Amino acid sequence: MYGKGRIIPALILFLGVMTSPMWYKSGDLSKLPKPEKPKDYKECVAPTAFMRTSHMVLLNQWRDNILREDGARIGKTANGTEYVRSLQNGCMKCHSDKKKFCDTCHNYASVKPYCWDCHLQPKEAM
Amino acid sequence: MDSKRRDFLKIAGLSAIAGIAVPSAFNSLLKGEAVASEHGEAAAANAAAGAHGAAAPTGKRWGMVIDVKKFAANPGLAEKCVSTCHAIHNVPDFGNKKDEIKWIWVDSFEHVFPDDSSQYKKPEALESMPFLTLCNHCDNPPCVRACPTQATFKTKDGVIAMDYHRCIGCRFCMAACPYGARSFNWREPRGKNADGQPFIKEINPKFPTRMRGVVEKCNFCVERLTIGQIPACVEVAAESKALVFGDLNDPASEVSQVLKTTFTIQRKPSAGTHPSLFYII
Ligand code: SF4
Ligand code: SF4
Repeated sequence: MYGKGRIIPALILFLGVMTSPMWYKSGDLSKLPKPEKPKDYKECVAPTAFMRTSHMVLLNQWRDNILREDGARIGKTANGTEYVRSLQNGCMKCHSDKKKFCDTCHNYASVKPYCWDCHLQPKEAM
Repeated sequence: MDSKRRDFLKIAGLSAIAGIAVPSAFNSLLKGEAVASEHGEAAAANAAAGAHGAAAPTGKRWGMVIDVKKFAANPGLAEKCVSTCHAIHNVPDFGNKKDEIKWIWVDSFEHVFPDDSSQYKKPEALESMPFLTLCNHCDNPPCVRACPTQATFKTKDGVIAMDYHRCIGCRFCMAACPYGARSFNWREPRGKNADGQPFIKEINPKFPTRMRGVVEKCNFCVERLTIGQIPACVEVAAESKALVFGDLNDPASEVSQVLKTTFTIQRKPSAGTHPSLFYII
């Protein structure tokens, strides 16, 4: 190949730079987000694994069900504890610190949900 | 050779025409039958109901009677209804008419009933009466038809509600509403004015705000109705009975009783929107 001496090292360098974010964080478990769990409440509205992957789906379902299908505003956990099916008045009652709960994972995953453009976090300083 | 090609083309042409025409003729025949039988069924259903026109409504339809005389007799009451509603719903006050957001407001007779033919020969008292005005929660709402995203919709109980998540701010609904009941957030509701004063004076932590670029309006307090409370404005006016709220479809409800015994008018009846709000003047 013509110019092999320069092309191959340059390609390796290029790949290295492109994948550097992966190398940089790989294997470092300390960098995983650690959302702070509520101390006074032990049980969530659904199992943790489901909430971790699908809480946003659940929130959308609550919204559509309550607003459009006349669904109940109050739900019950598996153990029978009643809760308000609402982000602002339900979730945030237990997960009362948005910075220590929501933001830790959202920042890590670099997602910017627009919930807080309208919904209020507890004791939000405006 | 030549004549054979002509024959071939003729046959090809004829079969093409037959291929197109025969199934479509067959189809239209079939459809004709279907249409005829639909008519038959509809006629049968009408006959069975024994009804002329629309069937009797079922389910709830929230409505309200606004007694303007009582508001005139209680100065400041209408304004109190407005401020209570705007406070619990985090309605921003941008401090100028152009950007104004209003769910409920006080207006003059001419503005609320612009098509009233008596307006050039009317009692002088009308001039100073406070007309409390809000979304009519129309039974035939043009705003719902105009909304391309179904952000505005009618609930089972006849409330015209909005899902602000879906609103794209096209303002079709504002053009469609004949009553000016909708406001657009030209500015960020959570912002502050030049003096550093927030547009929402005191935030109600139980209710969300809106964001810049969405339309908003009165929601008939659905958040209160679902937990068995009456709308906030009705609660404020409860003592003087200037506002009567209830189910228009329930003949025994207070609002139905008032409508049965008192002459009321609606805003722009000619628009065909069938408002759920009635005025006693
Ligand atoms: S008053 Fe306007 S916004 Fe309210 S339901 Fe009727 S058309 Fe829609
Ligand atoms: S402004 Fe929003 S609510 Fe109004 S028609 Fe457009 S999407 Fe629907």
